[in-house]
Amino acid sequence: MTATADKQSMREWLLAEEPTSRRQARAAAWYQGWLSFRSNTLAMVGLIILVFLILCAIFAPLLATNDPFAQDLAARLKPPGWEGHFFGTDSLGRDIYSRLLYGARISIYIVLLVAMVAPLLGLVIGTISGYMGGWVDVLLMRFTDIFLAFPRLILALAFVAALGAGIENAVLAISLTAWPPYARIARAETLTIRNSDYIHAIKLQGAGTARIITRHIWPLCISSLVIRVTLDMAGIILTAAGLGFLGLGAQPPSPEWGAMISEGRKYILDYWWVATIPGLAIFAISLAFNLLGDGLRDVLDPKEGGQ
Amino acid sequence: MIGRVMPIDPVLAVIGERATQAQYDETFRELGLDRPLIVQFGIYVGNVLQGDFGTSIRTGQQVADDIKRVFPATLELATLGTLIGVFLGVPLGVVAAVRRGSWIDQVSRFVGLIGYSMPIFWLGLVGLLLFYGILAWVAGPGRVGIFYQGIVEPITGMLLVDSLLRGEWAVFKDAFSHIILPASLLGYYSLAYISRMTRSFMLEQLNSEYVTTARVKGLSESTVIWKHAFRNIRIQLITVIALAYANLLEGSVLTEIIFAWPGIGQYITTSLLANDMNSVLGGTIVIGTIFVCLNIFSDLLYRFFDPRSK
Amino acid sequence: MTDASTNLLDIENLWVRFPTRNGIFDAVRGISFSLGRERLGIVGESGSGKSMTGRAILRLIRKPGFITADRMEMDGEDILNVPETRMRKLRGHKASMIMQDPKFSLNPVMTVGQQITEALRTHEKVSKAEARKRGLAMLDRVAIREPERVFDLYPHEVSGGMGQRIMIAMMLIPGPEILIADEPTSALDVSVQLQVLEIMDELVRERGMGLIFISHDLNLVSKFCDRIVIMYAGRIVEVCEAGKLHEATHPYTRGLLNSVPDLEHPRDRLEVLQRDPAWREAPSVSALL
Repeated sequence: MTATADKQSMREWLLAEEPTSRRQARAAAWYQGWLSFRSNTLAMVGLIILVFLILCAIFAPLLATNDPFAQDLAARLKPPGWEGHFFGTDSLGRDIYSRLLYGARISIYIVLLVAMVAPLLGLVIGTISGYMGGWVDVLLMRFTDIFLAFPRLILALAFVAALGAGIENAVLAISLTAWPPYARIARAETLTIRNSDYIHAIKLQGAGTARIITRHIWPLCISSLVIRVTLDMAGIILTAAGLGFLGLGAQPPSPEWGAMISEGRKYILDYWWVATIPGLAIFAISLAFNLLGDGLRDVLDPKEGGQ
Repeated sequence: MIGRVMPIDPVLAVIGERATQAQYDETFRELGLDRPLIVQFGIYVGNVLQGDFGTSIRTGQQVADDIKRVFPATLELATLGTLIGVFLGVPLGVVAAVRRGSWIDQVSRFVGLIGYSMPIFWLGLVGLLLFYGILAWVAGPGRVGIFYQGIVEPITGMLLVDSLLRGEWAVFKDAFSHIILPASLLGYYSLAYISRMTRSFMLEQLNSEYVTTARVKGLSESTVIWKHAFRNIRIQLITVIALAYANLLEGSVLTEIIFAWPGIGQYITTSLLANDMNSVLGGTIVIGTIFVCLNIFSDLLYRFFDPRSK
Repeated sequence: MTDASTNLLDIENLWVRFPTRNGIFDAVRGISFSLGRERLGIVGESGSGKSMTGRAILRLIRKPGFITADRMEMDGEDILNVPETRMRKLRGHKASMIMQDPKFSLNPVMTVGQQITEALRTHEKVSKAEARKRGLAMLDRVAIREPERVFDLYPHEVSGGMGQRIMIAMMLIPGPEILIADEPTSALDVSVQLQVLEIMDELVRERGMGLIFISHDLNLVSKFCDRIVIMYAGRIVEVCEAGKLHEATHPYTRGLLNSVPDLEHPRDRLEVLQRDPAWREAPSVSALL
């Protein structure tokens, strides 16, 4: 009883029309956002799929029925359901279901890394460009434009070619192609903040450029970058899978989903599951990110929303 | 030049692992690798500006000639894909905007969602499995059946066009059966993009005052939509279509691998796996240049067609 | 009281409603009025429902908004239940509307001439040459000096005042009997406001049309209208003859009058409108003839 009563008052506290503290106001804003996000069925579906996949990745060792690398040439290319292999086996007799679980770890690892590196790179370049202005701005923005002008996958291909194949290099290559939009956003935000009174006030107190940028401008750019990153996550997954498919990302025998499709490609006409099932996994995770991103945008930016 | 930033030794790629030290040194000098990096870079840029991308280690031919040979195949595929995307995507986007919230709007949203979430190479494989493997409606990978290879003397290098110009109907039919699946696949991706953009452009226009003015005049709904609102998004659409076209040139990299399509995407990837850096760089530069040119072109069209920019 | 059938418009108990997340929002709440061959002013603050009233007459309320009414007649013809195809014939031909800002209400990618002749050719079968001739004549009528040149210009190439005169020409060329002017000069420079209004007024009188002049400016409306309807919160709170405005009794009308500076009777401090929640619930006053 007391639990429900607490819950009730918590809800009232969150939905109070006149918040009494800044903390309450902020919590209320988050709660309102959550309520409107929750009413968006598709976005919730995305969130659920994503949480499910993340749990799969975390508990992969517990959920896996086989060692993802254990080969069994006697049991190669067996169909789904064969002797406890949920999704069948691949050309080397490895259990596809177990490989998928471990593959989720790789995909999430790649996405997280890119989602940290690319926006950070964009943030640094964008805020410096916006805050310094003048020739620094011109130079950095031209540089950004050149990167934007090139098609992303091709640029990533060229980078991987220069760096050598492998997961870390794929992450680096994708990050190097993904930062320009973030730099643009960060610059635009900085331009609006730069001339505000409180920045002038901090300057009068003797704060240096580096301090102003890192302590006072960065925190304000982060929210818009986060939305953009969520929207881009699906794209990152697809590019990473594409590189894996071309043999330029994760190397065999790594159970990366793109690489698994590439391995199963030869057998597509006779043993469809080998290539099809990892593809469904990629589809599920990028669909989840897309649904989530759309939902977040609807909540945070009503004018772009669907309603 | 690239050898300096590459983990692979380009000299070994040319002469193989078993060459003597003397052969190695000679090739090293031949490739100009003994000069300072900046000089090598300058020479490369100078050559590229003259249309010389060097020699391909893999094919042993001039990279420029190789690209000239493979590029029309990609152009043919991307063009057909864009046509499919435009002819289906634009009407879908317009109708979705006009009947906002209706089933057709939901369909367009769904099409977009799938398009943004599915790996293109996987959809290609599934398409191949379904339409070639199971249903046998279309021909399999490759550009044209083995019986028809080399029959048509190239004019433009685009097989569909050439076979029509030469009046080779059988070749045309076979080539069409080969191209329709990869082109539809690329078309689907550009359709997803074009219809979403068309929809949001149209929604913006339909909410503007001049549309109300047109209705006040007593115009029919189709006149209001196509003659008034659509006319205002034509220019934006050109930009979107140019971008979609450029994206297809990029998307063709993965598609060409799946469908064994002898285009520039396949050329770049095969060269990449063979450490043939001159070809990779040449191909990348060509696609990048086309990308930039398309952007500039759509910008110019914008200025030309929009009365407000004069 | 004149015979109802000679009125250009008879509207009884009109509601304009919008479903929202928190229930239905009523923009117009049961108003009744008529329009004879006169100039009727509708005055109110923003959000009072005056613009929605104007659009409801042409049945141009955007979805999901909708209209309900007991009776809506245009020139004796029921317009509440007629099909959209018939309504389209009435729009432009019988009743037309001028909107606030020519910058937004003219199509940016069509020339002035195309837009004017389109209005004419929608309702009358005339040749292109004839349409052009009449379009030029109409431009001349709204005091545009070089009609030939302006005819081929794009909207962004003309000034605001000229844009609004073009709008008037376009809306009057099919010869409607009712003109609804929704804040026709609020987006214009003060210097050209009167000129545009005078042109509009002259054409309306000359053609014996009915005019509905929607504005927030009570004094301006009283200069150009015969009868004034004051709206507040979706209802009509007062109706009076323009000449007898000073006799208005409703506190809201008095408030509107007193919140405007008057050179002849200067005051130290202008009144701030005090709103009484009771006005909102008071029944709508009928403005039927």
